[in-house]
Amino acid sequence: MTVEKDEKWDTGQDSMEEYDRFKVVNRSPRRVDALKLSQGRGTFTDDQLLPGTLHVKMLWSPHAHARIVAIDTSEAEKMPGVACILHHGNVTRIPHTTAGQGYPEPSPYDTFVFDDRVRYVGDRVCAVAAETAVQAERAVQAIRVDYEVLEPVFDPVAALKEGAVVLHPEADASGIADASRNLASHIAAEVGDVSEAFGRSDLVLERQYSVHYHQQCPIEPHIAITHLDEDDRLVVRVATQVPFHSRRILAQVIEIPISRIRVIKPRIGGGFGVKQEVLVEDIPALVTLRTKRPCRWSYTRSEELISARTRHPQILRMKMGVKKDGTILATEMRVVANTGAYGAHALTVQSCTGGKALPLYRAENYLFEAEVAYTNLPNAGAFRGYGGPQGFFAMESMMDEVAEEIGMDAVKFREMNVLRPGDENPLSVALGEGREGFPQIIRSCGMQECIDKGKEAIGWERRGTFDNSGSKKRGMAMVCLMHGSGIPGIDMASAFLKLNDDGSFNLLVGATDIGTGSDTILSQIAAEELKVSLDDIVIYSSDTDLTPFDTGAYASSTTYISGMSVKKAAAGTVAQLIAAAAKMWETEEEGLFAKEKAIHHPDGRQLSYGDICRSTFYNDNQHQIMDHASHLSYECPPPFSAHFCELEVDVHTGGVKLLKYVAAVDCGVPIHPNACEGQTEGGASISMGWALSEEFLFDKGGAIQNADFGGYKMFSAMDMPDFETILVPTYEPTGPFGAKSVSEIPTDGPAPVIANAIYNAIGIRFRDLPITPEKIWRAWRNKSV
Amino acid sequence: MIRFQAAINGATVDWEVEPHEFLTEVLRRHGLIGTKRGCESGHCGACAVLIDGREVNSCILLAAQASGHEIITVEGVKGEAGRPHPIQEAFVDSGAVQCGFCTPGMVIGTKALLDENSAPSVNDAQKMLAGHLCRCTGYVKCVDAVLDSANRLKAKEGKAQ
Repeated sequence: MTVEKDEKWDTGQDSMEEYDRFKVVNRSPRRVDALKLSQGRGTFTDDQLLPGTLHVKMLWSPHAHARIVAIDTSEAEKMPGVACILHHGNVTRIPHTTAGQGYPEPSPYDTFVFDDRVRYVGDRVCAVAAETAVQAERAVQAIRVDYEVLEPVFDPVAALKEGAVVLHPEADASGIADASRNLASHIAAEVGDVSEAFGRSDLVLERQYSVHYHQQCPIEPHIAITHLDEDDRLVVRVATQVPFHSRRILAQVIEIPISRIRVIKPRIGGGFGVKQEVLVEDIPALVTLRTKRPCRWSYTRSEELISARTRHPQILRMKMGVKKDGTILATEMRVVANTGAYGAHALTVQSCTGGKALPLYRAENYLFEAEVAYTNLPNAGAFRGYGGPQGFFAMESMMDEVAEEIGMDAVKFREMNVLRPGDENPLSVALGEGREGFPQIIRSCGMQECIDKGKEAIGWERRGTFDNSGSKKRGMAMVCLMHGSGIPGIDMASAFLKLNDDGSFNLLVGATDIGTGSDTILSQIAAEELKVSLDDIVIYSSDTDLTPFDTGAYASSTTYISGMSVKKAAAGTVAQLIAAAAKMWETEEEGLFAKEKAIHHPDGRQLSYGDICRSTFYNDNQHQIMDHASHLSYECPPPFSAHFCELEVDVHTGGVKLLKYVAAVDCGVPIHPNACEGQTEGGASISMGWALSEEFLFDKGGAIQNADFGGYKMFSAMDMPDFETILVPTYEPTGPFGAKSVSEIPTDGPAPVIANAIYNAIGIRFRDLPITPEKIWRAWRNKSV
Repeated sequence: MIRFQAAINGATVDWEVEPHEFLTEVLRRHGLIGTKRGCESGHCGACAVLIDGREVNSCILLAAQASGHEIITVEGVKGEAGRPHPIQEAFVDSGAVQCGFCTPGMVIGTKALLDENSAPSVNDAQKMLAGHLCRCTGYVKCVDAVLDSANRLKAKEGKAQ
């Protein structure tokens, strides 16, 4: 499939005129849900509890790798309040993936509700539901399990070697690339001929980088509450990013029809990818089906850290071939990733590592390879950025290293090679979502402006002028980034709009606001298209019984994909309003137009939406004015961004203080600029923690030693630098009102820009995350000796 | 069971609690759901309440210990004539509310700070917010909200005089 460049190529520059005419979008009104949330009235999953609800506690595996020989629940069954005990002996074994992706999921079916084998410390063994959580916990402690302890493997490279202990020998798993060598997934893609290009390069540089575990840490841990309604249908209130995938996968694992399940997404206390996982629905659902009683299962914070999902640790081997003048001829990235015990998102996260980072710079020759290994460590999965932060850490560290080797200014080196409007993404076909992708042409690109504005904001000219004679040494660096907007050809969203008597509208969307602000943004898009104010839109998201399908809140898709479905439904509704008005006036539709919540006639007459609705409800031409629309895009326009950081390294303590941070981002037309800033600031702060302070500390047996917020150090307000977000608007012609996406791209920048700035400050290159004070202190001491 | 008597948001309550129950559980059981469970180890601040005017993480305070005291939860932080409190308005208008799970705790923290210090610096705001973990915002707009809250309260005082 090819895109005709001449015909379809439209940078949208002409449409920038429209930009000034926006009434509701490209403004920052109060978020539609913020006030109730600030008053504590927002209803999260745990804020409604039915009488008689049972509470679940799980017995987790204390071993990294073991076979369960026997489970004795006889004592636990006799404990007060115990209502139901579930384990591999009494729950049907259904191979599935917990990855909440489109069907068929590109992740292996290597997971079971319960298995007779445990594969990491924190794997499921046996669940107890009791009248109270305390009773359930006491009963869990009374369960006796005989384990046959097996040899564990913790190193992904060792796991892939012949003779390594095999994690998934079971015959009923499917979709594993090569279970006999613990290879969950494998990707290999080459564009051009890298060997040939390396041969004619003036410099070929090879470097190895590594990145570590990182947990999403939504402040609301995973939770699901189930009950049977009066028709005995299973109702699941769950903190999820993917209500429709949740319904489908739950139906699969508990073996009841999809029609018997209703998934309700209430307010969600953050997701960041970890709630793209169907992780906690199955146990309370099974308890409810067996006991006919409501059931609640909520992770504790330590369970969230140990037994939810994480960012894939990776080892990245980079190779880049360049000419003396700075032209990149070939880029190669070889990844060994650790997916932990199960392969959720194993293929697609790693695919994005290459797919997001490599094409940023034009090279003509690319090679990407990824081997994703099973190990007896915690599970990786989806995490905001989805492979991008790993890829950009290697890529943007590499860019600085190569620039230095050829004696070129690192910014100039980037400017020379970076993608430009009209370029085709060279890897979009080779690296699709588990299958061949679609060609992508860059239509909107504000990269150069991001670089220019960022340099100005941080005071780039000060770089290299710091007085670093004392123990506190300053450094400054920058990186370039790109991401995507939805999964092309796969992510589909739909919206439903109906008119009410007073001219207001109900907007029902499957899109899932998890704190991102999408309820506000989608309402703005509807209001803009309908020519009404934001207050006229009553949005509801999302409930599998009431709202139409949407793949969910992931892949930076909601504004770009769901937003377009809303815009289409609104346009269809306006057409119906015009038709109804024409009928009321007994005139032609031509020339009639919508403005300020009314249909206008060229002669000056107007009919308010309320008038039209009341007429079509009660008097004449009676029908409900309503429309629905779906949207899928074969395009995936990348947002672009440049991050700048100034920091100070104290070589006496190894401490790093971030002083100033600038993120300039081209997200197309920002629908809600304040929310775009918020996404940028929040996304960056997550990866600042990853770069500097967040780390799982394992003991020899593979158990996490620091599974609470005291030991696992997220960034706090005190750690944040002076942060400046610069929105660089472009008009993306394929997006709703010119919008692209903004949520994931900020997570890509902090790790490489911090590593580059530390190098600028003290001349030591850190290629392994996290860059802790201890590592810096040791490296400085070794350098000084 | 232990008898728990306190003034919560201005109303006197007389409840029975288990000896091992933390205050968060008891408040939530009685419908005060604005007090959130984020970590249950006293780190994240989502469960913050005011006890005799001081900010306390209610997830690590035994309910029995709070008996006999004056407790304010986020539901008790109100403006005049049924309006939201200026702190809440400031959080909304600054864009400091994303998922909103940590917001009630931050509102409580801001109230405690401003009751002590009506003109906080950026550093004062950051110090207070350091007791409130948030994964959505990066705290930038939360600092703005704290400073804006102080300005709104000052303006209101000015008007009242």
